[in-house]
Amino acid sequence: MKKLIRFNLNGKETEITIDPTLTLMWVLRDQFGLTGTKYGCGIGVCGACTILVDNEAIRSCTYQVSDVMDRKVVTIEGLSSNGELHPVQKAFMEKDALQCGYCTPGMIMNATGLLLANPEPTRQEVIEGMEDNLCRCGAHIRIIEAIQSAGHEMKKGN
Amino acid sequence: MKKSRKNPELATTRSRLDLKRRDFFTLLGGGIAIYLSSRNPSELLALPLIRQREVPKDFNAFLTIYEDGTVICHVGKIEMGQGPITSLPQQVADELDVSIESIKMVMGDTSTCSYDAGTWGSLTTREYSHYLRAACAEARAVLIQLAAEHLNITPSNAKVKEGVVFDANNPEKKISYGWLTKGQRIERTADEKPEVKDHTAFHYVGQSMLHADGRLKVTGEAVYTADVPMPGRVYAKVLRPHSHQVELKSVDYSEAEKIEGVEVVRDGELIAVLHELPDMAERALATIRAEYTTDQKEVDDKTVFDYLLNAPADSSEVASSGNLDEGKLLADHLFESEYYDGYKAHAPIEPHTAMAKWEGDKVTVWASAQSPFGAQDQIARELEMELEDVRVISPFLGGGFGGKIYHPQVMEVVKIAKLAQKPVLLAYTREEEFFKDYFRPAAVVKIRSGVTKNGKITLWDFEQYFAGNRGSDTIYDVPNTLTTGYGEKRGSPVHPFPTGAWRAPANNTNTFARESQIDMMAARVGMDPVEFRLHNLADKKMIAVIEALAEKFGYTPAKGPSGRGIGMACGTDAGTWVAVMIEVKVDQETGEVQPIRAAVSQDLGMCVNPQGIIVQAEGCVTMGMGYALSEDIEFKGGDVISSNFDNYQLPLFSWVPEVIDNVILDRQDQPPQGGGEPAIICMGGALANAIYDACGARLFQMPMTPERVLKGINKA
Repeated sequence: MKKLIRFNLNGKETEITIDPTLTLMWVLRDQFGLTGTKYGCGIGVCGACTILVDNEAIRSCTYQVSDVMDRKVVTIEGLSSNGELHPVQKAFMEKDALQCGYCTPGMIMNATGLLLANPEPTRQEVIEGMEDNLCRCGAHIRIIEAIQSAGHEMKKGN
Repeated sequence: MKKSRKNPELATTRSRLDLKRRDFFTLLGGGIAIYLSSRNPSELLALPLIRQREVPKDFNAFLTIYEDGTVICHVGKIEMGQGPITSLPQQVADELDVSIESIKMVMGDTSTCSYDAGTWGSLTTREYSHYLRAACAEARAVLIQLAAEHLNITPSNAKVKEGVVFDANNPEKKISYGWLTKGQRIERTADEKPEVKDHTAFHYVGQSMLHADGRLKVTGEAVYTADVPMPGRVYAKVLRPHSHQVELKSVDYSEAEKIEGVEVVRDGELIAVLHELPDMAERALATIRAEYTTDQKEVDDKTVFDYLLNAPADSSEVASSGNLDEGKLLADHLFESEYYDGYKAHAPIEPHTAMAKWEGDKVTVWASAQSPFGAQDQIARELEMELEDVRVISPFLGGGFGGKIYHPQVMEVVKIAKLAQKPVLLAYTREEEFFKDYFRPAAVVKIRSGVTKNGKITLWDFEQYFAGNRGSDTIYDVPNTLTTGYGEKRGSPVHPFPTGAWRAPANNTNTFARESQIDMMAARVGMDPVEFRLHNLADKKMIAVIEALAEKFGYTPAKGPSGRGIGMACGTDAGTWVAVMIEVKVDQETGEVQPIRAAVSQDLGMCVNPQGIIVQAEGCVTMGMGYALSEDIEFKGGDVISSNFDNYQLPLFSWVPEVIDNVILDRQDQPPQGGGEPAIICMGGALANAIYDACGARLFQMPMTPERVLKGINKA
C-alpha cells in the first residue's frame, strides 16, 4: 500500500507517494537520483550508505523510507552549498583521503555527523567515531587526518 | 625516410578505415579532431581499431586534440583507486608539452579507447606507459613539423610550451596545437621516430599530485556502474544455490510471478527476477522454491591444508642451485616448517555490478570490470556476435584488487537483458559478492632450510602448494636451493569454488613463509634479524632498500625476541624491491595484536607520482593487516559460510598504525616499476615477525587471530 511520505531532503521540502516499507537507500538512489549514497553490505555494517537524519549519521540501508517522515535528510549531494565544498569534503581532497572513492561519501557523511556532535575530536575519538565505516583500499590514516583537520577548520569558521 | 606532405589541410584517403574512424569520432562526441595517421595505415586497414587485440603503437589510438586545445586521451585502462587517472596525464603532459589541465581522460570504453587487456599486475606504469609516452612523443614531433611548415621555420628551430609551438628565434611567431587542427582532419607521420624524453626534461613526472578524481569522489558525483542513469531500467536478482558443488533439481517461481510488476526470466540454470524496485525484486526472489542436489565435497576451512597436501597436483621446478645434500651437511642448524594460509575475499566495497542495454542485435554493457575488452571478447564469443556489436564501458570501479578481473555478472546481465528486452541492472548483494568471488587460494608452503652457526644460510628447499609461484624466489644468496611449485592438474579442480588473482597473487603467501623462516633462523643463531638478512643478501637493490628502511624506522639492532615487537619482511613484486618494518603491541591476555607504527621502503625505478606511491603503500599496509590478522573464508564443501562484513573481518580504523612512513629510493633514471601491489606482500611476514619479537610466539598460519596468538604464547 502506497503512502505519502513528506520530509526535508537536502534543504528542500519533499514528498513522495510510495510503499513506505521500501529501503531508504534505494529510494534516495532510484527515486531522487542521489547516487552518491552507496550500497555496500545491506545490513548497516560497512557505512557506505551513511547519510544524516536530523544531523545524526545513520545507515540508510537499514531505514525504511517512512522512517524519515517529517525529518531532515542530508545526503552527500546536499553537503556542499552553491558549489562551495563542505570543510570535510575539502579536507578529504586536500589530504588525499581516498582511493577508489566508493566508501568516500559514507565516510564524509559519518565524519560530518561526528563533527556536529563533537566539533574538535581527539585522534582517539575520531577512530572510535569512524570505527564502523569500512574502507577496503586502506585510506584510513588519511581519513583520520582529514577529519581532524576539518574539525579545526570548522572551529575557525565559527 | 618518408617525405611529409606539404599541405596538412588536405583531407586524404577514403577507405574502410575512414568509416571505422568516423564511427570512432562520432562516439567521441563533438569538436574537431586532429587525426594523425600511423606509420603504416595499411596495417590498420587489415585490423580495424575495434578488433585490435594488442596495445596499439599508433598515437591516433590514444589522442584527440580539439580546437580549443583540449587533449582527450583515451586509454583502455580503468580507474579503481590505484590512480592512473592522475599518473597517465602527468606523462602525456610531459611528452606532448601541454598543460596537465588541458588533458581529459577517457578510460575503459571498448568503443572509444585503445585496446588494453586489463588493469592488473601493476602494469599501467611499468608497461602501458611506454606505449602511451612513445605515442605522445611521435604526436608532438608531427605537430612540430606541421607548425614549422605553417610558421615557415625549420622544425629544429621550433619550441613548444603548453601546447603552443613557437620560433625559438622569435617567440612572437607561434601557433597552437589546437589551431593546427582547425576544421580539418590531418594525416601525417613523423619523419623520424622520436625518442621519449629523458627524466631530466620532465616537468610533471616526478611531482607529487593529489588524486585528479578527488573532487568527483568527495561530492558523490563520480559515476560507478550502478549510478549510470538509464530510463526504463529494471533490477535483476538472480537465484543462487547455497553451494558451488550442487546442481538445480527443481524450481518453482510461480509465487514470484504473481507479484505485481515482477517478471521472471530463465536461461537454463540462470533464473532472474526483475522489478523496477530492488526491494520488490528481492522480495520476489525470496518466494522462489528451489531444490538442489547434495554437496558431496568433503573439505572445510579446518581440514583444507591436509586436503591440499594430498590433492592431485602438477609439480614444477621453479629454480635450483647447488646441491641440497651438501647444503644440509654444511648447516649447523636445520629447520623444517609448514606454513598455512586460508582463502581470502577481495571484498571491494562496490560489489560486482553490470548493466546491459540491447538495441537490436547490438548490446552496450556498463560493468565494474578490470578488463572491459576481456568482457567484450567473452560476450562476443559466447553469444556468437561481432565485436563491433558489443560495447563495454567500465566507469569508476569501487575497488578491484584482482577480483574484478573476473566478471561473472557481465554474462549474466547480458543474457537476462536479452530475454527481458529492456535495460537491466545486476548489482550483486554483499552475500552474492562473497559467493561469486574468485578467492585468493588457500595454500601450504613447506620450507627446509639450514644455517651455519655464523649465520650463513647453506640450504633452502621451498615448496609451495596451490599458492602460485609469484614471489617464491629465494632472494637470499644461498648456494644450495630448490624451489618447487605444486599447482592444479589440468582437468582436476582442487578448490571447492573459483579462485583467482588477489593483489600481488601468490606473493603474500610465499613472502609470509619465507620471511618467517628467515627470522626463525636469525633468532636461532642469535643474530639481529635485519643484520641476518643483510649478511645473507647479495642483491644490491634489496640491501639498499633494507638499509633505507632501518634508517627511516630508527631501528637499532637486537636479537629476537627482543620484547620490542618490531618485525620486518622484504621481497620483490611487480619489478619493485620492497621492505616493510612494523612495531606492534601484543596483549598477552587476549592475544590481540595492535600495530603501532610502520615504515615502507621501495625501489620502484622512476617514480611518476610520489604521492600516489605513498598512498598505495599506506593502502597496502592497511589492507595487508586484514589477510595477516583476521580475514579467513569459512566454508564447508562448496558452501561459502562467510557472507558479509559481520562474519568476514576487514581492517578497522583502530587497527591502523599511527604513523606509516615511506622511503622511495631515488631511481628517476631507471625504468618505472609497479606501485599498487608490492608493499602488501610483506605484511604477513612483518607482522608474524613483530609478534614473535613482542612475545616469542612463532605463528605458522594466517590469519594470526587472537586465538592463534594465544596458542603461540602458551607454546613459547
